[in-house]
Amino acid sequence: MIHISEVYETNEMIEKENLDVRTITMGISLFDCIDSELYKTCDMVYEKICRKASKLVETGERISKEYGIPVVNKRIAVTPIATVGSSACKDSDDYIKLAKTLDRAAESVGVNLIGGYSAIVSKGMTPKEEMFIDSIPEALAVTTRLCSSVNVGSTRTGINMDAVRKMGQIILDTAKRSYGTDSLGSAKLVVFCNAPDDNPFMAGAFNGITEGDAVINVGVSGPGVVKYALEKVRGESFEVLCETIKKTAFKITRVGQLVAKEAAAALDVPFGIVDLSLAPTPAVGDSVADILKEIGLEQPGAPGTTAALALLNDQVKKGGVMASSYVGGLSGAFIPVSEDQGMIDAVNAGALSLEKLEAMTCVCSVGLDMIAIPGDTPASTISGIIADEMAIGMINQKTTAVRLIPAIGMKVGDTLNFGGLFGKAPVMPVNGFSCEEFVSRSGRIPAPIHSFKN
Amino acid sequence: MQKVIITVVGKDYVGIMAKVCTYLADNKININDISQTIVSGYFNMMMIADPAQSPLSFDKIEKDLEELGENIGVRIKMQREEIFAMMHRI
Repeated sequence: MIHISEVYETNEMIEKENLDVRTITMGISLFDCIDSELYKTCDMVYEKICRKASKLVETGERISKEYGIPVVNKRIAVTPIATVGSSACKDSDDYIKLAKTLDRAAESVGVNLIGGYSAIVSKGMTPKEEMFIDSIPEALAVTTRLCSSVNVGSTRTGINMDAVRKMGQIILDTAKRSYGTDSLGSAKLVVFCNAPDDNPFMAGAFNGITEGDAVINVGVSGPGVVKYALEKVRGESFEVLCETIKKTAFKITRVGQLVAKEAAAALDVPFGIVDLSLAPTPAVGDSVADILKEIGLEQPGAPGTTAALALLNDQVKKGGVMASSYVGGLSGAFIPVSEDQGMIDAVNAGALSLEKLEAMTCVCSVGLDMIAIPGDTPASTISGIIADEMAIGMINQKTTAVRLIPAIGMKVGDTLNFGGLFGKAPVMPVNGFSCEEFVSRSGRIPAPIHSFKN
Repeated sequence: MQKVIITVVGKDYVGIMAKVCTYLADNKININDISQTIVSGYFNMMMIADPAQSPLSFDKIEKDLEELGENIGVRIKMQREEIFAMMHRI
């Protein structure tokens, strides 16, 4: 029998500690929409998304009401569009038509973001994929709900440096093209290494080619819950600290599992995975940085930060895996700068640098996320930053990502303000020494020796 | 419909329980278990209830209880039981 203290604890987590289900993301395969005629492809894409996801939003809202827990976002991830459009699209403008179709479908079913304007070019790029990548800056400027990602490397293939070089320029162009909205376009563009096929979180979500016709993936969150739990064990040993994180992660993830199963059953779509991530939001008390401070750091970025984050990430996974029958996606602690008030404060206090963030990405999920850099940063330097981050992912057999926002016309100390979920980003300094000759080399970085496991 | 947990939180005064129970009885919602505590003058009550025999929908009961709570100055919340069972039981 449920005890009153357990009910009280759960409701405290929801009402005071920002526990929520961050996203129910429906993955939809668009392989059966491929046609050589663009208008047919667009029609089929629109029809399939609207058909499959027609009840997504209302189902999310019903679950939220019945369990008394916020389901913050309802979203859609589709098959990488570079592939879906490869037969129909003859130039970049054709891809833009597909982008607008996706945006229209997302609006029609009422989701706030749709992911999958993506290309998987870890080893090489086809001419169509190059055409697709060229369309990204315009696609993100003329749509409001579209998210884009490009996977440029993996542990098994190495790093496609031609794609890395190209993406440096594309990120810069995307920022310039969305200058009027504080470069918001770049906040919806992620460059990946080892991108997962089942990630429910934006902007990097797409429905991988390994997935079925449709799938429900759920991302839970709750940095606030972990932070409050740790307040009660101040000064205790690492054993107590780790046990507390594990138990809390278990509880958070169980809610995700419940919601995922319920949503999958209600929508008659298979349950895919629960992504057991600690995903911060700009709201006060919903911060991963605050957890690091509670563990014992004056500010994130102080010596000890990487160790504290490694510990946190590992315990979240250990607690979470037992709570769900299938875990996947990115699963770990997210450290976006603009979406975490504690991170923003650390940058403004001078505690947190790009280099320290890079070190932190070695031990947590994802990578250099939602970081504003000066608008005059050369494309080759952005490519260099991408290459570093991809190398970390490739060598450590983990997902890494780069979501940088060149702040056009701004310098260090200025702040980009996206508003809402994307938050605000203080412009951070970038190492001014050149890597132009390095990234100008053509070809790819070979797969690492430990990838040969056959 | 599955079992639900009804929580009532607010300033303690005579008759809170009676009013909530009357509503549940009138609408054929069976009470399986009740616990209550008073923390610093605040009334904390939890019921495990079974609305299987009730002609009303989850939405309607939830809305009615919320309105009842507003009328008598307490906060009444209804949630499906599974969220608590999932979180606190292996």
